[in-house]
Amino acid sequence: MVHADHRASFRRGVRLGVPFAAVGLLLSSSFGVLAVQAGFSPLQALVMSALVHAGAAQFAATSIVVAGGGVVSGVVAASLMNARFLAMGAALAPSLPGGPALRAVQAQTVVDPSWAVANNGDGTFDRWLLFGATAPQYVGWISGTLLGAYGGDLIGDIERFGLDAVYPTFFLALLVAELRRPGSRGIALAGAVIALALVPFVPAGIPILVAAAAALVGLAR
Amino acid sequence: MTDPSSTTLWLLILGTAAATMAIKAFGPVVLGGRQLPTAATRVLVLLPPVVLAALVATSALADGSTLEIDSSTAGVAAGGVLLWRGRHLLLAVLVAAAVTAVLRLLGVP
Repeated sequence: MVHADHRASFRRGVRLGVPFAAVGLLLSSSFGVLAVQAGFSPLQALVMSALVHAGAAQFAATSIVVAGGGVVSGVVAASLMNARFLAMGAALAPSLPGGPALRAVQAQTVVDPSWAVANNGDGTFDRWLLFGATAPQYVGWISGTLLGAYGGDLIGDIERFGLDAVYPTFFLALLVAELRRPGSRGIALAGAVIALALVPFVPAGIPILVAAAAALVGLAR
Repeated sequence: MTDPSSTTLWLLILGTAAATMAIKAFGPVVLGGRQLPTAATRVLVLLPPVVLAALVATSALADGSTLEIDSSTAGVAAGGVLLWRGRHLLLAVLVAAAVTAVLRLLGVP
């Protein structure tokens, strides 16, 4: 049975998720264009978006295979980009009820914006708000992929339209909301500096995972 | 460079999907519903700002294993100013893309 509070949380999540869904549509259109240029069929681009629903992983896996890197390297690169979900899943874990199978299914709804807006700021998460925020983003992600995959010829070079600036700005919006919470600025700066310092030396994705370890200073507070 | 075969792409798609699902499920399944000690909660509270800051920094400034400042850096910075002033995400994203596109048009890398 779905509780009235849960329905209210879900609806609030949907409202919060819609602007991110619109930006996700731009991002997934870029993915659709790039994937088809790389040799994907539109169906393949669509299936990847529907099953993965993680932009950084999709871009990373695709670019590696296009460069001749092979399937294993592609999957590893995608997993490194997704390594942040390990940290995010650990944070979310105490807020999800049910047995292992149900928890695994609920965990699939984690995408960056939903996880950020569902964060109560006290170490707990509102899971219905998480589900609600992900719903429109999932629809937008799939729609955008279709648009890009079938309309890519009309767009051509996505960098010409500055679409490569969309992804970082999307994350910046989530970060700005976090920075308005007390005590978050110093640690955010540390995370950015650690990640940038590691970029030249380790594979893509790892800098984010290592930077996440900076949160361990919480033990000393 | 030849296009990857259809089989290669399907393996990539299914492999990436399986890996992503496993990574997302890992924490909630392995940690279960256990109430974490307060020290762990203090760490978890810090994870969102730290992970998001690392994502912003690397997606804006890193291209593979090199750091570079280009047109998109200026575009993202412009979007950031709008976000900080509380303007809407969509406006910030469109301005970021527009600033980047115009700078490229003017010949900035």
